[in-house]
This record gives sequence, C-alpha cells and structure tokens, in this order.
Amino acid sequence: MTSERTALSVSVFQKRNGFTLDVAFESESPLTALFGPSGSGKTSVLNMIAGVLRPDRGLIALSGQVLTDTSKRIFVPPHRRRVGYVFQDAQLFPHLTVAQNIKFGQWFRRHEQSALPVDTVIDVLGIENILKRRPATLSGGERHRVALARALLSSPQILLMDEPLAGLDDARRQETMGLIERVRDEFAVPIVFVTHNVDEVRRLASRVARIVDGRVTAIGTPTEVLGR
Amino acid sequence: MFGFSPDEWTAILLSLRVATVGTLVGLPIALVAAYALARWRFPGKVLLDGILHLPLVLPPVVTGYFLLLTFGRQGFIGKQLYETLGFTFSFRWTGAALACGVMGFPLMLRAIRLSFEAIDRRLETAASTLGANSWWTFALVTMPLALPGVLVGVILCFAKALGEFGATITFVSNIPGETETIPSAIYTYTQVPGGEFQAFRLACVSIVIAMVALILSEVLNRRIQKRIAVFE
Repeated sequence: MTSERTALSVSVFQKRNGFTLDVAFESESPLTALFGPSGSGKTSVLNMIAGVLRPDRGLIALSGQVLTDTSKRIFVPPHRRRVGYVFQDAQLFPHLTVAQNIKFGQWFRRHEQSALPVDTVIDVLGIENILKRRPATLSGGERHRVALARALLSSPQILLMDEPLAGLDDARRQETMGLIERVRDEFAVPIVFVTHNVDEVRRLASRVARIVDGRVTAIGTPTEVLGR
Repeated sequence: MFGFSPDEWTAILLSLRVATVGTLVGLPIALVAAYALARWRFPGKVLLDGILHLPLVLPPVVTGYFLLLTFGRQGFIGKQLYETLGFTFSFRWTGAALACGVMGFPLMLRAIRLSFEAIDRRLETAASTLGANSWWTFALVTMPLALPGVLVGVILCFAKALGEFGATITFVSNIPGETETIPSAIYTYTQVPGGEFQAFRLACVSIVIAMVALILSEVLNRRIQKRIAVFE
C-alpha cells in the first residue's frame, strides 16, 4: 500500500439545481490538492470518491479497482471502499470516547492486512492524553486529530481530507500541516485534500487540480498551476 | 401487604402487566414506524402518519369501539384469530394490553421519531466511510443517539397505558381479575358507597408507579450513555 502504487482516477458529472459539476483528473501523487474557491464543487468530488454521493455519470477507480462506473452500473457502497474520510467538522461520534471513536473503523476493518499500529497513530497524532474524553470536551484542533486518527485506523487505501486546516489559528495550522506531512511520510497513505488556501497547496501538495465552477481549469504541480 | 385488599392487589398487578406488555409489544413497531416516518419517502406517508396518531386525538371510547370492530370476537381480524388460532382479545387481559398499547403508541412514536430526526445524519455517513454497513450504523450510531428519546417514548407510553380507561372499558369491559386495571378499579370504587378511601389509595399507587417509572428511565438513560463500549 505505498503511495506510488495507489492511482486515483476520477471522472464525474453531476447537474443539480443549475450547478454543473464536470470534473476529471488522475493522480498518483502522495498528496493531491483540490484547490478552488468555496462552492466550486471540491467537497462534492471528495464525497463521490468516498461513495457518499453518487454522480449522474462517471467513473472512479482506485488502484485499478473500479468504485463507481455509472455506465456499467457499478457502485461500491462507502463501507466497502476503504477510503478514510476526515470531514471538515470532524463528525466524531458524541456518545463514544476518543478511544472508542478511533477504534470504530479499525474494528470493522480488523481483518485487513494493512492495518496501521494503533499506538503509533496515537503517538504521531499526540492524542494519548485525551483517549478517555468525550468529543464534546475537546478543542477544535484535538477533534481534528482524533478524526484523522479514526480515519487512518480504518485501513484506508486513500485518505480524503475536507479543508483540514480551515478554522484553525496560525499556530495550529502550522502544527496540523506538520501532522499531515508526517501522516503522508510515516504511514504512506496517499492523501487527497480540499482547500482554498494557496499556502497550504504550496507547502503540502505535490499535485494540484484547480477547480472553478465545477470544472478543472488546471492540473499539475503547485508551481505549474499557481506559478512562482 | 400495605393494607391492600386482594382485589386491589389484583388491579395493581394487572395494570402493571397490561401497561408493560402493551408498551413492549408496541416498541418494535414504533421503532420501525418512527424510522420510516423520519427517514423514508413513500406514497401514503402523510396518511400513515395521520392514522398512527389518531388514538391521540380521537375520544378513547371511539378507539375502543374500533378495536371492538377489528379485534372483537366478531371483528374482521379478531374472528380470523379465534377461528385459526383459538386466540381472542375479547374480555381478556391481552385485550386490555392491546387497548392500552394502542392508546400509548402515538406518544411513543412521536418521541422516537423526533429523536431520529434530531440525529445529525452526517454521523451516519461518517460511520459508513469507516466500514459500517447500514445495520451496524443503525446499531452503533443511530440507535444509541436516539436512545434517550426512545426511553422517553417508552415511559410516556407506559404512563399513558397505566392510566388508560376509556378504550379499555369499551373494548374489554371491566372484569375484576381479568380486565379491571387501576383506573377501572378507581372508577368502580367511586361508584360504590364507602369506596372513596380505596379509590384514593389506588390513585396514590398510580402516582407512585408513574414516578418510579420516570426515575428509572433517567437512571437507565445515564447508565446506557456510559456503557456503550463495543470497541474496547
């Protein structure tokens, strides 16, 4: 499960309430950014990769496995996709402790060969001191780290992150960017993340697709897409 | 014990049995109906919603009368039941349980439905991306989060069933030892000279049972919230 082997291929079309989403890109990069203004359809693309949203037409494949192919009526449900999703507002289960939250996905994928060691994930994300707490008592940064741990421990082939740095102050942003880099490097799980921030793309991404009004207007390295 | 006569004890125990059975049999139906009304779109949904809530707004006597038409010995379901299974609700405690359950059902349904509707569905989406299919998601996310509302519904239904009078007396009459619940017994005592004390005593029993049920639900709710720990 190295990042070099994980190829993501996305080609989706959807029309809703006058908004047309028509996005196609491919990436084998360890960290791909979907970059663009708010409302451009970036999160919809993540949702389609995760299988929580169905495109009207399209094809999504991950490492050669077809997850969605509307022409052949293939649709792998989200629980069988092995896609880790870190939601923008974390979406931790409020009735479970942090420890129970992060073991949720691990429990369902307990027979997977590629499971990451729990202790290492807890250590890298620095959440050992909050394991017994409930989500309601956590700060925004802590919640995000727990959500990241929970997604990582579900043995994902790919990690989707929706605006992982939105709403954080500058110090927390730097810290979280460092964490994302560590996750990318230490766990070798390729990441696709959504952002509208140029600095994040430049620092984190090795490949970026600029999405404007539901269409990919540019794709390439950050320098190619954003200039110097 | 406590100075109650055997008849009073019979009425108290029968009330508890009728209310418990009526509530517990109605619970799975209420869960399915509440989930369907909260989450699914289907033709006739508004009509179903209306029908299920009818006992709340109809005079209890009318509900009892319809139960008689439907589940009475000559009723279109009751007759079939009697002829094929030899089972009847008429003048039996099971009929009282049915009447009490039907009367309490809309309260239970409403509380459970509201609690399903209040759940952030994105949590269920999160569970699905973590590998939980829809059944596991329901069991580990939806149901635990809805549990306080489910408990409230159960208690409301139980309390309503405990106090149900009109539908029960219409459907299965007021037979001591079989269908005479606490409210029927209170009614009977108020109709005979010198029965005021027994009526008052049974009224106090009603209050105590209702209070105990409320406190129990609160304790249970707290315990359940602490206990959900599948992944440890």
